[in-house]
Amino acid sequence: MSNVIEAHNLSKVYNPKTIPVYAINGVDLQIEEGEFTALVGPSGSGKTTLLNLIGGLDSPSGGEVKIAGVDITNMNENKLIDFRLQNIGFVFQAYNLIPVLTASENVEFVMLMQKKPKREREETARKLLQEVGLNDRLNNRPSELSGGQQQRVAVARALASKPRFILADEPTANLDSKSTENLLEIMAKLNKEDKMTFIFSTHDQRVIDKARRVVTLVDGKIISDTKK
Amino acid sequence: MLFKVAWRNIWRNTTRSLVVIASVAAGLLAGMFLIAFFQGFVKQDVNNAVEAQLAHIQIHNPAFGDDKDVNDTITNASAIVEKLRKDVNVKSVSGRAITMGMISSSSTASGVEIHGVNPGDEKNISSISQNVVEGVYFDGKKNEIVIGKKLADKLGVKLHNKIVLTFQSKSGDLTAGSFRIAGIFRSRNSAFDEMTVFTNFDDVAQLLGTGNGIHEIAILLKDGQKVDTLAAGYKSQYPKLLVQTWGEIEPEMGLLTGLMDQMMYIIMGIILLALMFGIINTMLMAVLERQREFGMLMAIGMNKPRVFIMVMLESIMLTCVGIPIGILLTIGIVDYFAKYGINMSAFSKALSQFGVGNYVYPELHSSMFLSVTIMTAITAILSAIYPAYKALQFKPAVAIHQI
Repeated sequence: MSNVIEAHNLSKVYNPKTIPVYAINGVDLQIEEGEFTALVGPSGSGKTTLLNLIGGLDSPSGGEVKIAGVDITNMNENKLIDFRLQNIGFVFQAYNLIPVLTASENVEFVMLMQKKPKREREETARKLLQEVGLNDRLNNRPSELSGGQQQRVAVARALASKPRFILADEPTANLDSKSTENLLEIMAKLNKEDKMTFIFSTHDQRVIDKARRVVTLVDGKIISDTKK
Repeated sequence: MLFKVAWRNIWRNTTRSLVVIASVAAGLLAGMFLIAFFQGFVKQDVNNAVEAQLAHIQIHNPAFGDDKDVNDTITNASAIVEKLRKDVNVKSVSGRAITMGMISSSSTASGVEIHGVNPGDEKNISSISQNVVEGVYFDGKKNEIVIGKKLADKLGVKLHNKIVLTFQSKSGDLTAGSFRIAGIFRSRNSAFDEMTVFTNFDDVAQLLGTGNGIHEIAILLKDGQKVDTLAAGYKSQYPKLLVQTWGEIEPEMGLLTGLMDQMMYIIMGIILLALMFGIINTMLMAVLERQREFGMLMAIGMNKPRVFIMVMLESIMLTCVGIPIGILLTIGIVDYFAKYGINMSAFSKALSQFGVGNYVYPELHSSMFLSVTIMTAITAILSAIYPAYKALQFKPAVAIHQI
């Protein structure tokens, strides 16, 4: 299996000229295609920062990030947006769907950015929402969906661009146990059947239990990296 | 879908969007109503002056000038008058004998401009006959005079009283005649009412000793808009005579028209500037409130031009809703006041100095709708630029975690 993500000596420092705070400090991390990885650690350990760096949402203070062999560290903002669109799927803790669009339109939106034809967008959106068990909620807006359902729409949206991997920042933090279990099952199934790579940041033991690799961060450094 | 998102976004906060729409509509209404008011005001001022005395075009002997020397009559005036009567563009023509003189009552005297007119012709060219408030506009008797109400009050005379006109005759001698007041008029211009008196042409001409000599040919056109073109034609037709349009005779009136046009654009600019800040404020609030959403959109791959277009679209859509509402409101309100007038009687004294009555009838040309609409649309688009630019400044990693 080839590496889909490679981070070398990655660091992120806030207030470098006054009182430097190392959110990420010399991290080396390789993620292979098809992995189901959990980034764990206490609050402030740098999980979200690491996800932002490898997702190209933030720029590192040092080191480099390669996605499928492409160095994104010094990529300009516009190219990075396009790179994210074509290569990375995101699932956020607070779902972050577009509130004025229906579930189906939310999923279609990413494909619209990719300039895919209307028919393909509609068919893919229907198929993906069916995969996450929301075939009866296609035309509902986020406000008409439960938290668990919204997060499933977010997963379908993340999959819609056919990304190389999906980054999920505490995806179950706002969900009840049943929704969490349901979401994890969907993601595990996508990982197993479609070989979709997932990287989570999480505190949730149920997510950690499901993960096949657990990377533990403390004070911006990886202190353990366990494969099950 | 970007249109769909933008359209739905503007209805997420209905109150706020309605405030923007109302601002655009109110800005448009305020600007256009003001323009309509001033256009109506100026038009009435001009019309009153033209209808009362000026007419559209006047022809004089060039030497007549400011001195109004009675010897400076128009050569071959009767033939010119007859020719003008046959002109298809001319509604009516009147030949006048004019001199400066003194009007005296038993108690006081005042300087006046004396107009000897043919009442039949003058009725078709001047509105004075319609403004007679006491008596009649000439009764066909000898030595009748029609004077303004303000002058009558000043002289302390009433209808049918006798007054004396004194002026210089053609020979240079002082001559005087006794006239009976046949009518008292009140036009919308109090200064005119105080300074101008009307007598029969023949009565004045006899005292002046000018016979059929005409000092002024007044021409009322069928279409006042053609005044400049037709005046240019008469100028070339009568090169030895002084042909003037109302704007040339009363340059301050022409200046007022031009000044009002400029003033309207300045006032419109001020209104649109206020509108611009209103839209910037509201749209900025809408953008800052959705910081997390913009962060998410950029995170999942919405590029900056698209983010910019989306915010611009929201402003443009709000404007597109506001503009027709503003136009409809303007049409309704201007139409109402164009019919019933705006009661300005509280300022009647000041307005009468301008030659405008107690009611101002706003008037709006269709060309103004277009230019004001374009100006408002440009304002709205310019107003959206800063909020849209602000949206581009968000960093996805930070914005996503904003509450």
